Amino acid sequence: MNDIISGLRVAAATMAICVAGYTTVILTFAQVVTPATANGSLISRQDGSVIGSRLIAQAFTSPEYVWPRPSAVGYDAGGAGGSNLSSANPQLADRAEALIEAHGGVSRADPIPADLVTASGAGLDPHVSVEGAMFQAGRVAQARGVEPAAITAIIDRLAERPGGFLTDEQIVNVLELNLALDAELSVQAVAD
Amino acid sequence: MEHVIIVALILGGTTLLSLPLGAWMKLAMDPSSGRMSRWTGLFARIGGTAEEQGWKGYLVTMLTFNAIMFTVVFLILALQHYLPLNPDGMGAHDPTLVFNTAASFTTNTNLQHYSGEASMSYLSQLAGLMWLQFVSAATGIAALAALARGIAGRPSLGNFMVDVQRASLLVLLPLAVVVAVLMVLGGMPMTLQGSAVATTLEGVTQTIARGPVAAFLTIKQLGTNGGGFFGPNATHPLENPTFWTNGLAMIAIMLIPMACVWMFGGILGRMKHAAVIFSVMTVFILVKITGSVVFESAPTPAFAELPVSTDAGNLEGKELRFGATGGPLWAVLTTSTSNGSVGAMHDSLNPLTGLMPMAGMWLNATFGGVGVGMINMFLYIVVAVFVAGMMVGRTPEYLGHRIEAKEVRLAILALFSHAFLILGGTALFAATSLGQSTVQDPGAHGFSEILYEFTSAAANNGSGFEGLGDGTAAWNIATGIVMLIGRFLPIILPLAIIGSLMAKRRAAESAGTLGVEDATFGTMLGLTVVVFGALTFLPAAALGPLAEHFSLP
Amino acid sequence: MAHQQNKSVFSGGLIGPAIGESFAKLDPRKLIRNPVMFTTASVALLATVLLIGTVLSGGDLLFEAQIVFWLWVTVLFGNFAEALAEGRGKAQAASLRSTKAELRGKRVKGGTQKVVAASELRAGDIVLVETGDQIPADGEVVEGVASVNEAAITGESAPVIREAGGDRSAVTAGTRVISDWIKVKVTVEPGEGFLDRMISLVEGASRAKTPNEVALTVLLTGLTLIFLVAVGTLPAFAAYAGGSISVPILVALFVALIPTTISALLSAIGIAGMDRLIRFNVLAKSGRAVEAAGDIDTLLLDKTGTITLGDRQATEFLPLNGVREAELVEAAHLSSLGDETPEGRSIIELAGKGDSTPANAEIVPFTAQTRVSGINIGDRKIRKGAVDAILGLQEFDKTAGAQMRALTERIARAGGTPLAVADGSRLLGAINLSDIVKSGIKERFAELRRMGIRTVMITGDNPLTAAAIAAEAGVDDFLAEATPEDKLDLIRKEQSGGKLVAMCGDGTNDAPALAQADVGVAMNTGTQAAREAGNMVDLDNNPTKLIEVVGIGKQLLMTRGALTTFSISNDVAKYFAILPAIFVTLYPGLAALNVMGLNSPQSAILSAIIFNAIIIPLLVPLALKGVAYRPQSASKQLIRNLGIYGIGGLIAPFVGIKLIDMAVSSIGLA
Repeated sequence: MNDIISGLRVAAATMAICVAGYTTVILTFAQVVTPATANGSLISRQDGSVIGSRLIAQAFTSPEYVWPRPSAVGYDAGGAGGSNLSSANPQLADRAEALIEAHGGVSRADPIPADLVTASGAGLDPHVSVEGAMFQAGRVAQARGVEPAAITAIIDRLAERPGGFLTDEQIVNVLELNLALDAELSVQAVAD
Repeated sequence: MEHVIIVALILGGTTLLSLPLGAWMKLAMDPSSGRMSRWTGLFARIGGTAEEQGWKGYLVTMLTFNAIMFTVVFLILALQHYLPLNPDGMGAHDPTLVFNTAASFTTNTNLQHYSGEASMSYLSQLAGLMWLQFVSAATGIAALAALARGIAGRPSLGNFMVDVQRASLLVLLPLAVVVAVLMVLGGMPMTLQGSAVATTLEGVTQTIARGPVAAFLTIKQLGTNGGGFFGPNATHPLENPTFWTNGLAMIAIMLIPMACVWMFGGILGRMKHAAVIFSVMTVFILVKITGSVVFESAPTPAFAELPVSTDAGNLEGKELRFGATGGPLWAVLTTSTSNGSVGAMHDSLNPLTGLMPMAGMWLNATFGGVGVGMINMFLYIVVAVFVAGMMVGRTPEYLGHRIEAKEVRLAILALFSHAFLILGGTALFAATSLGQSTVQDPGAHGFSEILYEFTSAAANNGSGFEGLGDGTAAWNIATGIVMLIGRFLPIILPLAIIGSLMAKRRAAESAGTLGVEDATFGTMLGLTVVVFGALTFLPAAALGPLAEHFSLP
Repeated sequence: MAHQQNKSVFSGGLIGPAIGESFAKLDPRKLIRNPVMFTTASVALLATVLLIGTVLSGGDLLFEAQIVFWLWVTVLFGNFAEALAEGRGKAQAASLRSTKAELRGKRVKGGTQKVVAASELRAGDIVLVETGDQIPADGEVVEGVASVNEAAITGESAPVIREAGGDRSAVTAGTRVISDWIKVKVTVEPGEGFLDRMISLVEGASRAKTPNEVALTVLLTGLTLIFLVAVGTLPAFAAYAGGSISVPILVALFVALIPTTISALLSAIGIAGMDRLIRFNVLAKSGRAVEAAGDIDTLLLDKTGTITLGDRQATEFLPLNGVREAELVEAAHLSSLGDETPEGRSIIELAGKGDSTPANAEIVPFTAQTRVSGINIGDRKIRKGAVDAILGLQEFDKTAGAQMRALTERIARAGGTPLAVADGSRLLGAINLSDIVKSGIKERFAELRRMGIRTVMITGDNPLTAAAIAAEAGVDDFLAEATPEDKLDLIRKEQSGGKLVAMCGDGTNDAPALAQADVGVAMNTGTQAAREAGNMVDLDNNPTKLIEVVGIGKQLLMTRGALTTFSISNDVAKYFAILPAIFVTLYPGLAALNVMGLNSPQSAILSAIIFNAIIIPLLVPLALKGVAYRPQSASKQLIRNLGIYGIGGLIAPFVGIKLIDMAVSSIGLA
């Protein structure tokens, strides 16, 4: 019985300090020091409406945009998840085949970058590899009626090494890349 | 090369950090007389008790407190739709899910049969789950401190109520504040606002869940809890926005389990012994990391026939921002430490890569969960000392404690229970529709999903091969029970061993005594871990990951 | 009794009975003592029953029958190992028992004598034993003195004196009085005597499991349970993969994995350890005592007879002022001719003048009453003896007397015993008798130190003398001017520091210390009280034997540990033999795990189970002889044993199973 009373007291104390106190401190710090990222790294339009989060992939299907990696949850940022398919599951191959076709088909000699046919863990990976972006440069350039070099120049500019010198692979944020494309290159009306 | 540098930085850096932390934990948890007395006095006032407890008293108080933890959180989760801090209007849960989740977080497992952003109110996440992430971790640290006191030959094990507050407020809380601040600076969300609604560039509406992630995630990692704020855990960009938060999180995963070994050594006054244990654990973890990174650099097997570039390895279920090392390295760290958060989808790892996390949980002592990892290692030490002790021609002794039938019986029972929970549970579900109807992938991989789930529950890890449809009542109840047994038996039995040791006359050490501070003992301990921890699981491994790997075209 | 004989392990006479005994030991009541072997027998029985089903249904009879056969062979080999170990003890017991069978005694009651069988003698009875009689029961001499031949017990043919009172009063049943007579008070009930205890111990009949053996059995049983889960869940796992595994194969895997090797040899190791001790002429009252011997931290050794030669020896001649040394030496030599004691002989030896008596000399022999010996040549009276005895013979020159006393003190302070020499009324000088540390003892103590055992010398000498001898002998510590109470206190002090203490003793006043010590070795010549108090009796009365006893205790545990390690290490190879064999039908890819390249699944399983069986008799010699033991630090010991039995246990079955597989498949058994 003593243990129960004592336990309840300790439970109350730890809940007050470790939950209420701790959350308040971190919340205050975050909202004061880094309000932008603390609220989800949102990107808004001039009118204040939210375009999305720079950390969250959103669907792009139009040819004039660089497409992100596939998402097992349809880019649902309210119910994220991966495919969880085993790496040998034939469904992965089926999906990849469909994606390869959507990307316009490829040859063995010039294979599609793996990230464009694999879903990320949360289905919300905001990045593609630079190879993955470059791979799409031709389609985007055609859709926008510009030389592919104009696209690759922007990709190169936005490319980053996520871990600096610690990582070899270069990646690029898809939403930021597409925003830059929109800002710098107009979409040419494509004659049917 | 990239792999080697990153592994060296993370492991080496955490090792360096763990030394001062271990010293602090020793001071905070087991202050020598006179020091920290103000804190001890405060905690005694809060708990209303500071009596010195024997092993039974300590255990009863611990179990009582854990029962309170379970009950409180059970109620919060069950009633979340009536309670405040629910901006997204989350509804009621299925009762078996509430049981499973309360058991899961009480036992420091954090197996999640739900998706946080889709079903948990902020109150449930913070006052329910995050609170348990503090106090369940503190329970583990307290148990280890008590165990160490017993081995050190103290007359009592201390007082649990004081210990659990020391661990929560002097160890976990300050660290959590520091790490959470760094996480916030690294771009982690920390808000009580509900979901943001965006209209994408292509004009589609996207609901973006967010919340008090930084605070939650930090203690999730530090306390080897692992339960994510979001369903896909640390693969979610809002729970792990950059390469750097990923690195910091991995350090946070390893830090306290590593420091626990030093705390153990500190309380015993045997830092060299602790160093030997630390080295053994490190060797295991390096083997697993090497395997994981190497196996995962192989391309996705499903694409063997397709024109897909192979130089990036298997990217299914992985995030590009963590680099090539992040996923497989995290998979090993999180399962070596009973953490269970994931930085890549384990279900989609290459077959042999998937074996590494499982092996980590089978052993469950290569650093292991906060406090309990070292306690598990103690069980292996008992067995190793027993066999090695005979080989040097003396009645086996551990630091002057004679290891006899009773100690061996309790240690073996604990090791047996781990194997029994995993293999027995897997057998039941693999042979029946309970499990068969819930697997996602064909062939041996489906078996691996079931095996992994029970492994994770028994090891109090919490990660999963998440393709498994584990949201059924059967899974909720079975894993709930396995988690509870898998948590408390390996605390009860070692404390019972301590009780038995404390009742005996202690032996002096001499040159004829088995030394526990040299490489020879380390080797013996390592072999014992392999034999008693891994050999049992070899048939299951053969029918799961190995069968899958060798069946690849 | 067999004395230090080195029988080969498989000497012909023992094998036959051991084989017969192997079958007798299939009795479940006997098997249950060893849970692992009991389990093995149970599953063998299960497989046998299923085999009958196979016969009826016409399955793969040859393969299944072979598995069943080898399962039973495994059990029988285990029984055989135990039977063989017991057999060796029985051979010794048989000769002891023949001694015992004929024992009769003359019971003295009220003034009458009656000859009765030994089995009728109760504790408290008085028996008369005369020249030529065998002593019928253990007891204590209450009257008389006799020389007794104890060869039946000790193997030592030189007779020993047994007399009432003092430290030489204990007698043992089966020994023979060869001169004079004694009355003996029987101290044990029939069936509980020394001889009975020896018989039951060497036979292994009353062998209770030692604490360490119990703990090891727990470990092995636990491992068996763990493997029961590992194997018992396989059918369910196989069901998931859409297949099944037959019971005989599961049984084969299970038996191959559980630690049958060490379990089969466990009791043989214990019996053999006891046997080794007895061959060494040390009788332990329990196996526990033998194990405790291996744990000893502190060894208390009496100085005299253990560290130093039993008797003091003359080491120098010290003439008084104005006396030539040669004169003193000659006088000492002549006067000692009448001293037959070891001290006297040592003086003659040191003088180096032979031992012929000069003509017309009259020898005055040494007696305990006078404490003086001497010689009369004409009217020249030369005397030698204890200093006060010599000084008391007559008046001497005062200065010489004072000089003599000074010299005496100097000798005593250095740890020696002085004797004085006088020629008529002239004091010549002193002879220094001092302790001679046994040659080689220093090395033995160094050996003990490497094993982590501290030696403490117990002596009645003063601290100065004790320190000098302790330094010379190389003991770690000493207890000077020790009384029996001091000894007891020292033991308690060591024990409260967590140390295990061994000591040996013989006197009645040693009994409390012997009882308190963790290992108390009583000398067989000692009193009955001492023999009862100790937990070992050294039949040779050689206190340095404690050192060997420690070695035997350690060897016993090491053998268990080494074979346990070997047994468990074997599992890796067995897994690699059996797992691919049984899983290859479920997942053909798992053939990749067949690293040994075994011929077929059936031959792989069969080879593993055959290896598992025949390794038992192959290791019997090791179990009986014990693993090689060298005095060295624990760490080196562990490296050595882990290397040999751990790594060896890992590799050996890979080779063994491969070879058996080649044999099995070449003769077409699978």
